[in-house]
Amino acid sequence: MAQAGVTQAKPAVPSMDGSVRRIRLFTALGLVFAWEIIATLGTVGVLYNDVVPHIWNIVIAIYEELISAGFYRDLGITFAEHVVGFIVGSIIAIFVGIWMGTSPLVRGALEPYLNAIGSTPKIIFLPILFLMFGTGIESKMAKGSLSAFFPVVFTTTLGMVLINPVLIRVGKTFNLNKWQMITKIYMPAMVNPVITGLRLGMAITVIGVLVAELKFADGGLGYRLGIYYEQFRIAPMYAIILIIFALAAAANVGMTRLQDRVNRHMAPTTTKGKKAAATASGGLGVVGTS
Amino acid sequence: MSKLHKMPIVVGLIGLLACALILEYSVDAGWVMQLVVPRPSDTILAFPEVQADMDLFGNFFVTLAMTAAATLLALIIGVPFGYFLYRNTRYGVAYEGWLAAAFAAPTVLLYPLFLVIFGRSHATLIAMGFIPGAIPIIIQTRQGLLGVSKTLLNVGRSFNVSERDMFWKIQLPSAVPTIFTGIRIGVMYTLVNIVAIEYLIDFGGLGRIVSEMYFRFDTPGTYASIIAVVFVSVFFYWGFGRVEKWLRPV
Repeated sequence: MAQAGVTQAKPAVPSMDGSVRRIRLFTALGLVFAWEIIATLGTVGVLYNDVVPHIWNIVIAIYEELISAGFYRDLGITFAEHVVGFIVGSIIAIFVGIWMGTSPLVRGALEPYLNAIGSTPKIIFLPILFLMFGTGIESKMAKGSLSAFFPVVFTTTLGMVLINPVLIRVGKTFNLNKWQMITKIYMPAMVNPVITGLRLGMAITVIGVLVAELKFADGGLGYRLGIYYEQFRIAPMYAIILIIFALAAAANVGMTRLQDRVNRHMAPTTTKGKKAAATASGGLGVVGTS
Repeated sequence: MSKLHKMPIVVGLIGLLACALILEYSVDAGWVMQLVVPRPSDTILAFPEVQADMDLFGNFFVTLAMTAAATLLALIIGVPFGYFLYRNTRYGVAYEGWLAAAFAAPTVLLYPLFLVIFGRSHATLIAMGFIPGAIPIIIQTRQGLLGVSKTLLNVGRSFNVSERDMFWKIQLPSAVPTIFTGIRIGVMYTLVNIVAIEYLIDFGGLGRIVSEMYFRFDTPGTYASIIAVVFVSVFFYWGFGRVEKWLRPV
């Protein structure tokens, strides 16, 4: 799921102290306990049998997935679809975003349509992509590109619009040509919002690709999940879901760290630099949907 | 040309019409396969057919009802839970990271789990709409209450306002704009998830129509139903944006 406009609460209190840790621990233990009770009720026939498998069954299923060759084949397919889709969608979005950011006319002309499609569930465009690219990995790559495009184009446009005018004037004073303006002024000033967009785009691309695989595919983690559901193999189904969640979280953490590192190296460059990042989603409503 | 520069929306409309005309001509000339991309005129003409055949409006209300039910559930649970997290600061701090992580997680993939539990039913759609809807409402409710101006609270205290009145007359009205931001985001994600699940499981309202039109190889009908979903999203996006603007203090 993509983040949109939800501002993370600042720790208004004594951040991580012992009691917070205890609350987390007891909540986690409570959830595990509740899960096991439901699983046991299923085993003895009070609830649906096997719908909620025991945790150790899920752990075993995760282990079996991780040692099976088929899992890595599907992971490779999803990874390839994701990477190609993300790169293509992001590159197009950055160029369109720069174009929109530098030209108020283009921005005013395109923004209503981009906002309209940006707030629409991209999955409904799958039939068009299937018609254009077939049901192979190409359509999943195209779906990934479509998912990545919107958050990146919105944040890039905002990044361009919010560049400190003083910087632009300084560039013009030094008689920088268009290319130098882009590389010396615009690009460094836009790094933060663009990376925010890329982070959001990457998360949405994962969902977009997996959902497309769930609909029609012959490989990939989404396809694997769908197969387990059809075969009513619930523990492996949970295993795949948990692995996907873990991979998505790891990718998100990686991008966040990259953003933090870039932030540390970059001086504040936009008049409302922080606002650019925060409103990247909120200001435009829903930045992107799966 | 300078006049056009002042009217970007007109330029956008002219661009859209030009693209439609080029597409119409390209399909007629055989440069674009009609099976893949229909003539824009055929897509427009397909709307009455889809309405007659699939009851587009009726299914719009099905999706709307599912979205409303999931949002209502998200509100009933999300706002009190957000208030609980605000009142119990340590719980708020303990859960805020988890909530943010849950919001970022691809929860749409949980739908097979709900299919197993509820079957191909409206309950699955509501449950899948509820998850992404409730999280932003919880986060923003807590955030809104945390952001209430200290001055307003001090004014309330100086008037010896009871705890109950403090909440209803000061805290809640001040937090409403922020809470509404959470509701807007929640509704959009609820709608997105519900349409996505309708499409994936061929059940429910508008998402099912898109899927069914595709399976019939009715390309103009597929495009028409996709455009209908876009209109519904725009309607939600625009409507909630207006209400949010109205609620937000100047």
